[in-house]
Amino acid sequence: MTDPSRQPPSNQPWRWALIGLAVVVLAGAFAYVAGWLTPQRLSSRRLVDTLQEGGGVHPGFRRNHAKGVCVVGYFESNGEAASYSTASVFAAGSRTPVVGRFALPGGNPYAPDSSVPIRSFALRFALPHGEQWRTGMNSMPVFPVATPQAFYDQLVATLPDPATGKPDPKKAGAFFASHPETGAFLAWVKTAKPSASYVTETYEALNAFYFVDGTGKRHAVRWKVTPVATDDAGTGPQAGDPDYLAKDLQQRLAQGPLRWHLRVTLAEPGDPTNDATKQWPADRHTIDAGTLVIESEQPQDSGPCRDVNYDPTIVPEGIAISDDPLLPARSAAYAVSYLRRTSEEAHLPGAARATTPSEHP
Amino acid sequence: MNAKHATYPGAFHPLARLLHWLMALLILTMLFVGVGMVSTVSEKHQWLLALHKPLGVTIFVLALIRLAVRWRHPPPPLPADMPLLMQWVAHASHWVLYALMLSLPLVGWAMLSAGGYPISLGGSWHLPPLLSFDGETYAWLRVTHRWLAYLLFVTVLGHMGAALYHGLIRRDDVLPSMTFPRRETVVVEPVIVTPTASEPPSSEPPRV
Repeated sequence: MTDPSRQPPSNQPWRWALIGLAVVVLAGAFAYVAGWLTPQRLSSRRLVDTLQEGGGVHPGFRRNHAKGVCVVGYFESNGEAASYSTASVFAAGSRTPVVGRFALPGGNPYAPDSSVPIRSFALRFALPHGEQWRTGMNSMPVFPVATPQAFYDQLVATLPDPATGKPDPKKAGAFFASHPETGAFLAWVKTAKPSASYVTETYEALNAFYFVDGTGKRHAVRWKVTPVATDDAGTGPQAGDPDYLAKDLQQRLAQGPLRWHLRVTLAEPGDPTNDATKQWPADRHTIDAGTLVIESEQPQDSGPCRDVNYDPTIVPEGIAISDDPLLPARSAAYAVSYLRRTSEEAHLPGAARATTPSEHP
Repeated sequence: MNAKHATYPGAFHPLARLLHWLMALLILTMLFVGVGMVSTVSEKHQWLLALHKPLGVTIFVLALIRLAVRWRHPPPPLPADMPLLMQWVAHASHWVLYALMLSLPLVGWAMLSAGGYPISLGGSWHLPPLLSFDGETYAWLRVTHRWLAYLLFVTVLGHMGAALYHGLIRRDDVLPSMTFPRRETVVVEPVIVTPTASEPPSSEPPRV
């Protein structure tokens, strides 16, 4: 199939240059979008690298909220939230299976339970037809910062000083001074004490979301779970026992299931949905949407929560994420942490070597 | 030579050309969406992620349709004066492209299944899991998805470079066969006036 009219092959350099340019421009655009040309840009990898710098690399463990325990139960809806959200989890009388996880913030899976006054509670609701609702809540009323960049700056400012092993008070002080939005959190944390139990805490979603009702109308909401158990007496922290929370949970569950109410607060016009450092006024209408019942617990290294990424942007139809900038950053960073720890479990080439927790002190 | 060749000698079937350029756009978009969404911590992360999954399904389905079109209307042969090694690379790279168009969406689907994620295509429309929930399988598939995507991007770059080489340096019929076939290539075929692809012509039409 030769074409007699064809021009002889040209070796004009500009033709080669044009081809090279096209390839280089496309490859360059790809590298730019991937973030390879701009290492100073805040990326999900950089956030998790910085978390690791603070908490150390503990193969197989989450890069934050590394110490925790798996729990299993269900959510029983009373139908109160059904007029605000079409999510099947809120239909009256529906019962949705839940796999949850209690944890401590921080990257050290062996941190003593008394080392931080914050506990966290993550839940994965398994709805019919493959839908899921995942949420990660903390036992504090506000988040220290409002944006991913400020969160990153806070991480860097509070990294342990190699000389002392503790954050440099000057750097940390300078960060908080230049970030007045941290004021509400700092005021709270000053009086907060490490609780003796996971089960007596209220856990707040902190980020705002939308409930979407049957007419398609969106309602800005924040949710939290409030405990039925309020006796902090329980077993009480044993002196010198760094793992009293898991034992307390085990003992309480041996006596029967544990319950929380899922409370959903509805925003009024003007309440911020994009700022987790600000509480909404206390008089906002709050619905009790139903009861979360926890029936059993399992260690996290063998329990059903181990390989769950509690990405708070995974929501069912009837719930939508808000414009809170922390939400996409949490989603992106959790995915990086999830891939790193599952790669370590699977002994992928290049992954940090996983060891069993018992090999650590 | 397959008789169906004769319907559009020297050029791809118009439907094949349409699918090629549509998929070129979708695949490039997909590659940039994918590599961008795993890096960014901005609000772009969410809508890129929401776009990635339905786009993957679309590319998978279009790739199947394209293979069917290719089977029905085989592509024009490469110029006979192309070196054999170059011909071999051209054929191999096309099968690599097809293999990646089909395997990347499947690996993505399997990977999300193994990670225990809901596989949402928008609204309450969900794909069923392909595999059972297992974190270690997730890690292998997630890393495979990444490297297959890089391989696809490099193959696309090579494909584009080769197409421009045909168009600018060799100046043969290869690039026009996927863009605007040269008039003289087409008009000599009387069959082109009534392109009834399902009816094979009674005899082999004259060669150019």
